[in-house]
Amino acid sequence: MQLYTLTVHQLSELMAQKKISSVELINAYLERSSKIEHKIQAFITHTKEEALAQARIVDAKRMQGEELSPLAGIPVAINDNICTAGLKTTCASNILNSYIPPADATVVTRLKNAGSILIGKTNMDEFGMGSSTEYSAFTPTKNPYALEAVPGGSSGGSAAAVAAGEAAFALGSDTAGDIRQPAAFCGVLGLKPTYGYVPRTGLISYASSLDQIGPLARDITDLALILNAILGHDPKDSTSATVDVPDFKAGLVNDVKGLRIGLPKEYMEAGVEGKVAAKIQEAVKQLEDMGAICVEVSLPHTEYAVAAHYIISCAEASSNLARYDGVRYGLRVEAEDVLSMFMQTRSQGFGDEVKRRVLLGTHVLSSASYDEYYTQALKVRTLNKQDFDQVWTQVDCLLTPASLTTAFKIGEKAQDALAMYLSNFCTIPVNLAGLPALTLPFGLADGMPVGLQLIARHFDEQTLLRVGYSLEQNTDQTSLKPDLDRE
Amino acid sequence: MSYQDKYEMVCGVETHVELATKTKIFCACTTEFGGEQNTHVCPVCLGLPGALPVLNREVVNLAIKAGLALNCEIAEFTKFDRKNYFYPDLSKNYQTSQYDLPICKNGRLEIEINGESKSIGITRAHMEEDAGKLVHSGESITTSDSSYVDYNRAGVPLLEIVSEPDMRTVDEVIAYLQELVQILDYAGVSDCKMEQGSVRFDVNVSLRPLGSRELGTRTEIKNLNSFAAVRRCLEYETERQAKVLNKGEKVIQETRTWDDSQGVTLSLRTKEEAHDYRYFPEADLVPLKIDPEWVERIRATLPELPAAKRERLKELGLSGYEAGVLTSSKAMADYFDRVMQNYADAKVVANWIMGDLSALLKANNRSFEDCPIKPYQLADMLKLIKKGDISGKIAKTVLEEIYTGGKDPAVIVKEKGLVQIRDQDALEKIIAEVLAQNPKSVADYQGGKEKAFGFLVGQVMKATQGKANPELVNKILKEKLQIAY
Repeated sequence: MQLYTLTVHQLSELMAQKKISSVELINAYLERSSKIEHKIQAFITHTKEEALAQARIVDAKRMQGEELSPLAGIPVAINDNICTAGLKTTCASNILNSYIPPADATVVTRLKNAGSILIGKTNMDEFGMGSSTEYSAFTPTKNPYALEAVPGGSSGGSAAAVAAGEAAFALGSDTAGDIRQPAAFCGVLGLKPTYGYVPRTGLISYASSLDQIGPLARDITDLALILNAILGHDPKDSTSATVDVPDFKAGLVNDVKGLRIGLPKEYMEAGVEGKVAAKIQEAVKQLEDMGAICVEVSLPHTEYAVAAHYIISCAEASSNLARYDGVRYGLRVEAEDVLSMFMQTRSQGFGDEVKRRVLLGTHVLSSASYDEYYTQALKVRTLNKQDFDQVWTQVDCLLTPASLTTAFKIGEKAQDALAMYLSNFCTIPVNLAGLPALTLPFGLADGMPVGLQLIARHFDEQTLLRVGYSLEQNTDQTSLKPDLDRE
Repeated sequence: MSYQDKYEMVCGVETHVELATKTKIFCACTTEFGGEQNTHVCPVCLGLPGALPVLNREVVNLAIKAGLALNCEIAEFTKFDRKNYFYPDLSKNYQTSQYDLPICKNGRLEIEINGESKSIGITRAHMEEDAGKLVHSGESITTSDSSYVDYNRAGVPLLEIVSEPDMRTVDEVIAYLQELVQILDYAGVSDCKMEQGSVRFDVNVSLRPLGSRELGTRTEIKNLNSFAAVRRCLEYETERQAKVLNKGEKVIQETRTWDDSQGVTLSLRTKEEAHDYRYFPEADLVPLKIDPEWVERIRATLPELPAAKRERLKELGLSGYEAGVLTSSKAMADYFDRVMQNYADAKVVANWIMGDLSALLKANNRSFEDCPIKPYQLADMLKLIKKGDISGKIAKTVLEEIYTGGKDPAVIVKEKGLVQIRDQDALEKIIAEVLAQNPKSVADYQGGKEKAFGFLVGQVMKATQGKANPELVNKILKEKLQIAY
């Protein structure tokens, strides 16, 4: 039995039955990392000693018969743009390469309260800006299915860590598909909750109106357990919703009979790779066989979503990243006056992609181009939302590819910003509309994982989990494992 | 030659006023003035990565209150926007402010100029956060080797109140500012402590030829912090612009700064160098819906405002001047009202407050806000005068005694033996002695020199240490002098 391949609920069961301890579990993960991390490079910071110390505390509590959360003692990896008190949080950027936050993000507090063990901080595209983790200021992360391929991004470190057995689950952040696309590329599950369902407090902002924290895990039950722990209102985040959080684990059902599933034609007509399209058809057939009603639907403004998204996200980023100026924290490049210090610090501290987006964002907000770009983008955002509102009168959820392709090669798109942006074609409309969406693996194509995306109404994560759970219970396509020992 | 011979001034003012909340606009840090540098700070007002703002409800309450006091429409839907520019005192390098949907708009206030009333329009008032403060190692930012930043003030809530360009003379500007500050003070939306920088003004000023209806090119002078500075600055700037125009040149549209020590305005940046603030909606905050009930709830808490109070005082029989002085600060006006509750003679109360009490406070560098003499004590003292227990002159001594010792007037009068002598026999005896000692004055008076009477009264007062009842002294003296005659 390889502990590092098991799901959270399986590990939780083993610990509850006292068959393994949390310390043993953490050691198993650390040993796994020691063997493969040099190949994957999923982590920016590992927290070995602290993780073991925390594991001992959880074990002691369990020995005393304390009632523990299903997440207690479980190793979790956290994206390096989510603040951890006393632990370096870099956003994979040189400008924050030694930044140590004074407080935990709310989600980190919630996981710590549940007894989860923080095993490390994972690599990402700098400030979440990228779709391949190649734009990390430190190192690119590799895809566990093919080391020459990207893991996706920006939460590529988190996806690769879960896929490779370096963490039982992870938290990433999703602005344009940054959880879902890497989850799909790495053959794990990723869920972007409804905007506002998970507090952003402590998430280092890229684009405030689009960013959302969410889990990456190995099966639907694990996602449900994590959602139970991290969802819910936080008074420190004004955009955090005050809706009730159901028990997602208790609500899991293996039944899609009569459920209406929409297949947006604009996604299938957007140049989906044939092998991916074939897997989608297979999934549709599977769902129909299980009693779901699959119908073609239309989201007519889909083609404008990527452009609108990049205008809005870059505009917000140009402002959100203005605070990195060398005055208060992070990198400072000394210069003869304040303005030069600002410029030197930012020139040396930010990578090319960040600079590109800050420039683009500054441009679209400038008085000369505001109406032509920013205002237009906001209009498209409204149209995009109306598309979804319309579709919810016809169906209960949508099924699309998670990505038009499987994981691409390292270097393939790094120099082509537009191609990189377009790799989020399937995931971006969801962020613009603030909807919840789940990606889950559905088998391999040419040895690489293919991901399905399910999209539901606001705060209807339960429908996503229902469809995912039903697929999981009725096929063997959703549970994949990379073979990292073959080389 | 003054600019007014050829030109008319057109002026509008942006007033930044600190709202009187306990905590900052987006975090729980105190707004207290002073404090050791960077001690009133937290991740939110320091702009640390991952920290998010949460709007302080009291800021909205006070903004609504100010808006109502200034006859503004209160927006049913309002939102915050980011104003982007780089400056080290700005912890996020953007200021969270309001752009196209301010909380208040279309208001006005009335000023009185040379006995005539004039309405000044309020374009809008919006909520925003204050920045921190630079502390230079040298004299100024340009002459210093290094500078420090104190973020204690960062995130203190401000209301920016923008007037219409309705003012045509410097006196009108000052009258507007005084009325505005007075209203804000009365409404309790700000402590209006000018010396602590809780009210700051930016003035926009231009000239146009007399009779012209077009607007001239304006300059904006930023960050004036007193009425006196506004007056001096406008007097300088109007003359400067007049000189430029008289030479046939054009005024440059620019932002200028007031150098108080030199008494001049200096160019800060021209229109070409003006910031493009790239305003856009603040996505870390949600838009605000203000229902009519909320507005009515705030309206119910509005106290009587200066204009209404002045009218009421005039109805009590006070002159326009007296009403103006008494309402010049809310604390003074409130003090007046409280004394009146126990001694309802407006004229007498006004005289004492505006005269002796104001002088006493001024001499001790204090104000009516922390006046050591309680309103009931002043009222009690006035009752003693009315009863004839003490004279007006003795009362001045009593007032000082209350001020320094805090004891009630009756106690002071008793302890110090200040009760008036009204005993006819006792006074007659004293007066007889005085007349005997001053035969020359008696003779003078009887010879027709009226002045001598005053001298004799003085001598009686001296003999009684001022305690003799003046009316009785007059009466007895006259009787005695007539008898002698």
